[in-house]
Amino acid sequence: MTEMLIQARGLTKTYGDFVAVDGIDFDVAKGESFGFLGPNGAGKSTTMRIIGATSVRTSGTLTILGKDPEVNGPQIRAHLGVVPQQDNLDNELTVSENIFIYGRYFGLSSSFINKKIPELLEFAQLEEKKDTKVEALSGGMKRRLTIARSLVSEPDILMLDEPTTGLDPQARHILWDRLFRLKEQGVTLLITTHYMDEAEQLCDRLIVMDRGKIMAEDSPAQLIKTYSTKEVLEVRFGSDRNQEMVEVLRPLADRIEVLPDRILLYATDGEQLLEQITAKGIHPNTSLVRRSSLEDVFLRLTGRSLVE
Amino acid sequence: MTSNAVALSERRLGKFGDKYFAGRPQQVLLRNWLSFKSSAWIAVVSGFLEPVLYLLSFGYGIGELVGNISTPGGDISYAAYIAPGLLATSAMNGAMLDSTWNVFFKLNESRLYKAMLATSLGPLDVALGEIAWALMRGGLYATAFTIIIAGLGLVTSWWAILAIPAAIIVAFGFASFGMAITSFMKSHHQMNFFEIFLLPMFLFSGAFYPLTVFPGWAQAIIKALPLRQAIELVTRAMNGEFGINILVNFTYFLVMICVGLFFTTKRLNALFMK
Amino acid sequence: MSTNIRKVSRFGSFHIAEARIRNMAKWSGIILFAAVVNPALYLVSIGIGVGSLVDANNGVNGVSYLTFLAPALLASAAIQGSSDEVIFPVMDGFKWNRTFFGMRSTPITARQISLGVFLAAMFRTVVSVVIYWIVLYFFGALESGTAWLAMPAALLAGAAMGAVMLALAAKIENENFFFTLVGRFVMIPMFLFSGTFYPLTQMPIFLQFFGWISPLWHATELGRYLTYDYPLSGLQLSIHICVLASMIVIGLFLSARIFHKRLEK
Repeated sequence: MTEMLIQARGLTKTYGDFVAVDGIDFDVAKGESFGFLGPNGAGKSTTMRIIGATSVRTSGTLTILGKDPEVNGPQIRAHLGVVPQQDNLDNELTVSENIFIYGRYFGLSSSFINKKIPELLEFAQLEEKKDTKVEALSGGMKRRLTIARSLVSEPDILMLDEPTTGLDPQARHILWDRLFRLKEQGVTLLITTHYMDEAEQLCDRLIVMDRGKIMAEDSPAQLIKTYSTKEVLEVRFGSDRNQEMVEVLRPLADRIEVLPDRILLYATDGEQLLEQITAKGIHPNTSLVRRSSLEDVFLRLTGRSLVE
Repeated sequence: MTSNAVALSERRLGKFGDKYFAGRPQQVLLRNWLSFKSSAWIAVVSGFLEPVLYLLSFGYGIGELVGNISTPGGDISYAAYIAPGLLATSAMNGAMLDSTWNVFFKLNESRLYKAMLATSLGPLDVALGEIAWALMRGGLYATAFTIIIAGLGLVTSWWAILAIPAAIIVAFGFASFGMAITSFMKSHHQMNFFEIFLLPMFLFSGAFYPLTVFPGWAQAIIKALPLRQAIELVTRAMNGEFGINILVNFTYFLVMICVGLFFTTKRLNALFMK
Repeated sequence: MSTNIRKVSRFGSFHIAEARIRNMAKWSGIILFAAVVNPALYLVSIGIGVGSLVDANNGVNGVSYLTFLAPALLASAAIQGSSDEVIFPVMDGFKWNRTFFGMRSTPITARQISLGVFLAAMFRTVVSVVIYWIVLYFFGALESGTAWLAMPAALLAGAAMGAVMLALAAKIENENFFFTLVGRFVMIPMFLFSGTFYPLTQMPIFLQFFGWISPLWHATELGRYLTYDYPLSGLQLSIHICVLASMIVIGLFLSARIFHKRLEK
């Protein structure tokens, strides 16, 4: 059996009357890349903070590397690399000073950290910026530095909260590439995201969260297989006509979802479905056939889209 | 891949406050040193100017209008009369600036403490490190000021050296207390509370004139204020007056330090363990 | 739709000032409270506290220390008020919230923005000065029948400092430590070395130079002339007024240029 690094049972966090995390169970195995997918406010970040021993759970049990974060907070944090949703780099210091002082916070020796710095700068592709003040870096560079900084203590688990939110597509792809390398090196990754493509790219296994609860848990491919069809046909009739077309189209597809601007028709073969529709004399303004994604899984599970 | 960091953190298990304290406040000091070296030095170094300017302007300018002041120890110049009060006031101002606005910024704007507490550091490391930095700064100011007043011939005995530890105690009291109150502050506007409190205290604590100009009840209120206690502590230390009075001043600050540290640690823990 | 463009182009500064003043109104309670309490605290502490020492000795200019101090404190309050009310909006407008860039996308020009910020600051300064003057009156610090003219004199100082600070604050692109440094290298030395607490002539001659370039000293001299029997020649009077007036003109001219450069490049 594989070694479980994190085990949560009935994990709950409430703030007054508001239930942020509602009795969730999950296990994360060593070397696994584990994702929390859900919209903003689903309870992902709260769960991350509890695991990171910077938030106290209301009830349930949680074991991280055999320890309880309530009892051994500092010892657990020593195992973790934390990349928060908003970068909290030290703006008054340079790139390499940021890594250096972060290592010192863990109590690591200067000689150890100074040996790590070139390696981490290379990983973050920031060698040329090493003496630049953090303030002057671009968003993508800051993100990479935050990740490099979190690796200075050689953590067993790297926790990334919305790692690519706010980055441009190119910066995202660079970051994904870096995270892949870590995965290959056997670092356990914990990722929250509300981007389905990110979850598909990075996660071996993920849980879909909504309103503090787990809606489903599996590998991305298996989730799509279980909760959606192979393909999706997206059709638009113009905002005024979408509603009236729904009833006409409903019998033709396996399942149908209506979004404000378009209708999603689920089928094994999208092209074939489109032909069926046109054969009936129905001509959408635009149509598109694509493979099912986690977005569709989420829609199926919650009736809402991920990014609203 | 059991890392070094884990072994280091486990060494403290079972020791004093192992949940809140990693025994590394010096790393917070080191961080401030790095920041000081690159940019903050101008703000820090210039901080010592303020009491010197007051001393020169008030001491010599108003001094000429006022003449000598009679004290229990004999007549002294106005400049010599106000020097200890200015030292105490600048110790207070320096410590308050470091522990209020700067802490507020690191807590809420730059999220620096959040980054620190995501490592194996604890809240007590952060609180102690920040306060130690404020004290080093305060100690430096006090030393420079003492050298200047000695150079101007305003001190009469070697006891004046005690102004330095006295100023550090004063700074410690204000820093830990200020930090505790800051941890409760939610917005910039609430931070103005400190100014509303500090300005009258500065104007009325008798740094520039004897308290006897005020009626008895007002004197009693002023004597209970921390800045008045600070001025008395520094003045008595510089004059070598060791009796029950200085002990009262000292105890006052000891209480401020302990209460402040207790609440700061408690609050930082609550803020970051939401 | 185009009817208002002419109106905007003529009154743009007033629209900006109005917006600033509406913003201030949110803090009017605090501003008014500070406007009353601040002078009262200084008058009791320095006026009466230090005054008791000075008056017990030889006094100064043949009047009570409170009377001597009053016009200087009044001008100093005007300077402090106008500086604060200029520096913060400028930092906010160029950097923190970049509101000036939003204003600039309307028909309002950069020059009008700078003048508008200045006008709003003057509004606040007028309020502070009038309140301060009333407090001084009740403390019995004003002796002569022309004492009310100390208000415009103080305002002149506030305007001079406000205009210079407007240019300086707009010029600063990196505000790290700006407030601290302005306080330590400009405001406090000016407060302490402008003949505020004792006649300027009492200082060594090389220090008197600070007074000559300080709006506070010029306004204080005017104020003393107006509030008690303090002699100034016609030439001295016109020099003081000219220095303050030229600071306003130069400050506003430079501000308009700097605003233009930063907003319209």
